[in-house]
Amino acid sequence: MAETISATSPVAAEPSPAATVSVEGLGKNYGEFEVFKDVSFKVEPGEIFVLMGPSGSGKSVLLRQIVGLEQPTTGRVLINGHDAASQETRDHVRLGLVFQAGALFNSLSVYDNLALYPREHQLGTEKEIKDRVMRALQILSLEKSAPDFPSRLSGGMKKRVAIARALVMEPQLLLYDEPTSELDPVMSATIDEIIGTLKNEYHVTTIVVSHDRDLALNIADRVGILMDGKLIHVGPPADLHHPTDPKIADFLNPKIDIKNPRFKKLEK
Amino acid sequence: MKQLRAVFAEIGSNVLLLVRSASYVGTLPRQRARFIEQCYMIGYTTLPIVGILSFFIGSVLALQAGYSMQNFGVTQYIGSLVGLSMTRELGPVMVTILVVGRVGSAITAELASMKVYQEVDALVTMNIPPARMLVLPRLAAVLFMMPVLTIIANIVGWFGGAVVCKFTGFISLSPNAYYQSLRQYMVFKDVADGLVKAEIFGFVVVLVCCNIGLNTRGGPREIGAAVTRAVVISLILILVLDYFVTKVLM
Repeated sequence: MAETISATSPVAAEPSPAATVSVEGLGKNYGEFEVFKDVSFKVEPGEIFVLMGPSGSGKSVLLRQIVGLEQPTTGRVLINGHDAASQETRDHVRLGLVFQAGALFNSLSVYDNLALYPREHQLGTEKEIKDRVMRALQILSLEKSAPDFPSRLSGGMKKRVAIARALVMEPQLLLYDEPTSELDPVMSATIDEIIGTLKNEYHVTTIVVSHDRDLALNIADRVGILMDGKLIHVGPPADLHHPTDPKIADFLNPKIDIKNPRFKKLEK
Repeated sequence: MKQLRAVFAEIGSNVLLLVRSASYVGTLPRQRARFIEQCYMIGYTTLPIVGILSFFIGSVLALQAGYSMQNFGVTQYIGSLVGLSMTRELGPVMVTILVVGRVGSAITAELASMKVYQEVDALVTMNIPPARMLVLPRLAAVLFMMPVLTIIANIVGWFGGAVVCKFTGFISLSPNAYYQSLRQYMVFKDVADGLVKAEIFGFVVVLVCCNIGLNTRGGPREIGAAVTRAVVISLILILVLDYFVTKVLM
């Protein structure tokens, strides 16, 4: 981390209360295909909740429903007691979502990517916006990249810019979609550290979707495991050191059996 | 029945986007940078191709008219024929077709790409309505630029006709006689009707192109398919609307 910031809010002096997220009996179908069903959990203010599961288990779909980008087939998501997809929630709760691929605006420089939110919501003069943006860039050690365009950035830098862009919003709820995918171990550890520091310093409610076991064990307050269309486990990360459920054990500590029939072709 | 439902769903989706965009009209003054950028994209970058094509449309019109009218000895009316055809019909229609090809396709490609690569989702999570930031400045810019482009197309088209009349042996009509005939049979309503048509066509095609772009799902292949779809639907709409608008304006 670049430095320790003492303010309660990352980029402004005013503190922002963290949000509560309640997922109640959530289910999602695409036509006949059922992605998941009856998923329920609650994320308390200032908590880091890591949602894990194998690829294709519906983690990202669940995340999109939490931020209201998709409507669930059954159940509901409440943020501070209001429906996640409602305009009222958008108007009153600041949600920051760090997309898997960054989703940076390619036609805008890094600086303008970050300045877009405060400019559009008229959150101060251009000088105040500049201070706010540079503060966020400083937290993520990206000051020198301000004039660059996203196409010139590495994967790790794009992720950090995406986090900085979310930070400029002074989010009450910060969500990450696979923040460490496609990153080398050093950059993954840096992102883990950033997520943990943002939560500790600024008390932001955080939901992370990932299949990175180390990330979950290092930073989570609680971990949920989504598998076979169901949320099969919710608990502290310590539970995952010696899981009793064989499915969870297989997922967290996969054993490669070279005698497995699927490798027979390779043996020939 | 399924296709009919899809047509109505498409119309509904466009109307919804229009209503959403219109509800943010008040934000237009503080979006002037985007408005000017879109005016540049729609107007300035389309201008050279509008100029070249209008010149040759006016020229061909005069040439064909001269060829047909010489048998009746009425070549002195070529000016009014070219003038009225350009002003009432070919000017607005050709300009809109060029706007679709040059700008509409680019709008769909840009918005579809933003949708596919989750930039539009990022805007939604930041509580920045895409209709306000991406659609409204484009609709405002097309309303502002269509009359300008159409007037330029008309003037250049008339000039193309005048050049052909002057330098084509079997017509040999002086520019004075050509422009006199043009003025004699054209009234202000003809120009106004042409501009109204251009406004309607331009507005509708940009709305359709934005809507198709914002509703794109999938990957790079779907972006290409969205552009093709936007261009085809826009071209059909121009010709269908042309009949009905002409009928109403008569």
